[in-house]
Formats: sequence, structure tokens, C-alpha cells
Amino acid sequence: MKVSSQIIIDAVLDTLYMVSISLFFGAILGFILGITLVVTRKGHILENKIIFSIINPIVNTLRSIPFIILLVAIIPFTRLLVGTAIGTTAAIVPLVLHIGPYISRLIENSLLEVDEGIIEAAKAMGASPLQIIQKFLLPEAFPSLILSVTTATIGLIGATAMAGAVGGGGLGDVAITYGYQRFDNITILVTVVILVVLVQIIQSIGNSLERKLRRVS
Amino acid sequence: MIEFIEMTKEFQIGTTVVTALNNINLTIQKGDVFGVIGFSGAGKSTLIRTVNLLEEPTSGRVLVNGKELTTLSKKQLREEKKNIGMIFQHFNLLRSKTVFENVAMPLVLSGVKRSNIEGQVREVLSFVGLQDKAERYIDELSGGQKQRVGIARALVTKPTILLCDEATSALDPQTTKSILELLKRVNIEYGITILMITHEMEVIRDICNRVAVMENGRVIETGNVLEIFSAPQEETTKNFVQSVVRDDIPQSVYEQLKTKDQSKKIYNLKFIGVDVGQPVVSQVAKKFDVDVNVLFGNITELQGIPFGNLIVELVGTEKEIDKAHQFIQTKDIQIEEVIADEGELANNYRRSARYAVHG
Repeated sequence: MKVSSQIIIDAVLDTLYMVSISLFFGAILGFILGITLVVTRKGHILENKIIFSIINPIVNTLRSIPFIILLVAIIPFTRLLVGTAIGTTAAIVPLVLHIGPYISRLIENSLLEVDEGIIEAAKAMGASPLQIIQKFLLPEAFPSLILSVTTATIGLIGATAMAGAVGGGGLGDVAITYGYQRFDNITILVTVVILVVLVQIIQSIGNSLERKLRRVS
Repeated sequence: MIEFIEMTKEFQIGTTVVTALNNINLTIQKGDVFGVIGFSGAGKSTLIRTVNLLEEPTSGRVLVNGKELTTLSKKQLREEKKNIGMIFQHFNLLRSKTVFENVAMPLVLSGVKRSNIEGQVREVLSFVGLQDKAERYIDELSGGQKQRVGIARALVTKPTILLCDEATSALDPQTTKSILELLKRVNIEYGITILMITHEMEVIRDICNRVAVMENGRVIETGNVLEIFSAPQEETTKNFVQSVVRDDIPQSVYEQLKTKDQSKKIYNLKFIGVDVGQPVVSQVAKKFDVDVNVLFGNITELQGIPFGNLIVELVGTEKEIDKAHQFIQTKDIQIEEVIADEGELANNYRRSARYAVHG
């Protein structure tokens, strides 16, 4: 291996940094969009044709842009938001815009799985729309939401590999610049193994959390 | 008290307008256990949902304790809904929460203090017999227990009205009985007015005092349960009554009629009340020179009053049989002679009608 272990460690930390920060903001964005997509649809508690038909195509558009294109296409916006278009922090902006809409679709699916009867019971009790979301929809969908966020996190790890394009660093960047471009197969192998382990750990945590929440032993 | 006044509900499906409820006029008095029965699609489900505005009437009015809920502000409506409990066919409980948390939910929603919630929840849980299941999750309960949780949740806000949406349709007959008994106690001990919709006439028979029959979005017949069971007017009502009170003539009786015998006649006696029925049979046997064979009988109980029919064969001279016939007629019992051919046709018709009820 032609790279020092310090480079690998830094790359792992960069990846974790990018994933966690963009997951945090992406999840906030995703939850807001996902919940809105559910409650404003036809026949739901806050049916609103206008809001739904604005958000729905926006989410679809953002989801259809390949991440590598999104990354460079929004450079002016990124610069406006975080003051720079290069580096790890700069990579977070497109990552959030990439993962947020993805999470919103997953959240939407999870919330739509909640039995309509539950919402009817909530309405019969006189629950307000906010209470229905907070006390009925989200708790009932929670195990499934955990799985959605797990899936999104793993998707995010894949996306961070491309962050190297804007000097974002991370494991993917090391694999390309040190491994691929310098024909260092060992470095490629090491980064891939680390990524595999990372994904395995996250998926297991997600699965066991979900099982625990559903009280399946 | 719930009043439906010229209430109509229409749904827009695509470009066509479907009338789910057509000019409903119905009054449910305070303290009633009022049953609404009908086939699926009759509109009964929509009807019960207009009471707590899960569905809004298109025209006409629904008054709950004299208040028209559509005229209330959102806040007043939320307050008023605490007065109307509702239970469902599929229970609609939160799987992510314990029994205690499910029952406490209506109180949590209306901002009742945690310290006050505990006592109220324990009280209703012990009323429905689930005090020892408070910390269990919904998936750990049987169907009957789940419905008990539903009932406890509906009662925790101390409503004056309980709406039951096919509350026993997902339960087996044994469990249905126990849930109906519990509902009866809700009615008697708490004085709660119950409006229930069902497609099972057994449910009406077992706990209702008044009933309305619905068909194609209209109420086609209404009255107290004894009246409806003893003298149903509409064909649909008759079918529903037939589904629990089998006063049709069994095939074996017709078999006996095939052998023409002048010394025998078969009668169908229909009766309501304690003092009729069997005493008449023994009186006939004593007073007249006839033998009485009871071929078939079906007696059920409606609000504590025996109700049913007996098919008897009178054996003797034609004269004595006629005298016996006249005697029975004076006793406030409906008597019909069972005659072979037309009876058989009617019987076949009724049987197929009953399959329709159950199908």
C-alpha cells in the first residue's frame, strides 16, 4: 500500500463526517417533504392540491439528477450557502439535496403503510392534524422509518465517494486518487473492505433497532 | 340523543354523483341501544360516520344532543367529540403503544394532566376487565381483548354516546356474545346511548331495543325490536328476521304432508310472550279429542320475552281439529295451516333469500 494509515483514518473520518452531517440535514428535509407529501395528498388530513403538486415534481426532479451532475451544477448555490465550493463541508450541500428527496420518498412510503383506520380513530377522538402526525402516524410508522433511514444512510455512503470531485475527501476519494489513478490495488481493496464493514454495521444496527421496536425477538 | 333530519350524503366518484344516504329521518333517544342493519353498501357505515363528522352530510342536519356539529368551530367540535366515543370493526388501536397508552390517548390529546390520566385509565380498564393487561402491547391480545381496549378508549372521556361500527363483525360467536354483554353494561351502568351498525341480526336481537333497516341509502323500516321481529313489513327486513328466527317449515314436515291423510293437519303457531306457546298446546290436547305432535319448534328471546314458533300436527276427526283451530285463534296466537305445494315453493324461496343475507 502506497498510502499511510493516517490518510486512511482521515478518509474514514471525512466519510463519517459527511454522512452524519448530511444525513442529519437530509433527514430533516426528507421528513418535512415526506410528511407533507402524505398529508396533502387527496383525501388525507390536510389535503392541498397546490402544495402537493408543487412538492411532488420538485422531489422527482431532484431525484432524477445523477449525483455527480448535481454536485457540480449547484456549485454557485453551495458557495452562497457555505462560502466555498470546495472541500468536505462544501460536499455536504449537494449531499443533502441529493438524499433529502430520497428520504422523503421512503418516509412517504412508510407513512402510507399506516392503517387508515388509525387515522379514522384519531379523527373520531378529535385529534388535530398535527396531533395525528405526531401521536399516530409517526409512532405507528416508526419501525419502518428506521429502516428507511438505514437505507438512506447506506445510499449516502455511496454518494460520498463522488464527493472527491469537489475535493470533499473521504474513502471514495482515496480509492480513486491513490488506488485507481496510481494502480494501487491494495489501497482500493482496503477502502472497499472498510466501506463494506461500515455498510454492514449500519444495516445491522438499523435491522436490530427495527426488530426491537416491533418487539420481534 | 341523536337526530337525523332529512339528511342526504352524496359522493362524487369521477364525474358521477353517488347518493350514499337518501333523506334520512331517524331519532335515537337517550338511553337507546339502537341498531342499524343492512347489507354492505346500504349506507349504514356512512350513516354512523355523519354523527361524529367523519363524513359531512351533503344536506339536511344531524343533531347530537340538540347540537348541530357542522356549525361548531374546530375547537368546539374537538370538545364535542369527547362526548361521542367510537369503536371499530378492526379496533384501530396503536400497535406501537401499550394498552394503557392506547386508552390514555384521548386524554393525552385533550391535554389532561398525567397525574389525572392514571386513575381514569385504570378505572375504565377494570370496567372492561383488562386491569392486568395495562402494560401489554396490542399484538399480544386476542380479538375480544382488543375490542375491550377499544371500548375502554371510547369510554375514557366519559361520553354520552357510543358509536359501534360493526364492532363484533371480526369476532367469533363466543367473543361476540361477551362483547355484546359488555356493551349492554355500558348502556345500563353508564347510561350511554349506543348507536350500532351491523349486518348480523343476532346482534340486534341480543342487545338492541330499537332497530332501523337500511337499503340503498334509505331507512326502509324502523321500530322497536319486538315489533320488527314479530311483524316485519319489508322483504329485506323479513330476510334479516329469518336469519335468526327460523320460522320456515322444515323439509321433513312437507314430507309428511305428501301422504294425504284426512285425520291429520299441520299448523304453524307463531307467538310472542310468556303465557302463550306450550300451555296452549297442552290445553288443546286436554280440551279436544285430538292428539298433538310437536314437529318442530324455534323459540328465541327478545328483551326477555320468549318469541318463536311451533309446528304442530293435530290428529283427530276433522270436526275436532277445526274446534281446536278456533280455540287457538282466540289465544292471540297466529295460526296458519301448512299446506303442501305452495308451502314448499315459499320455503325454497325463503331459503335462497337467507343465503342472500349470509352471502
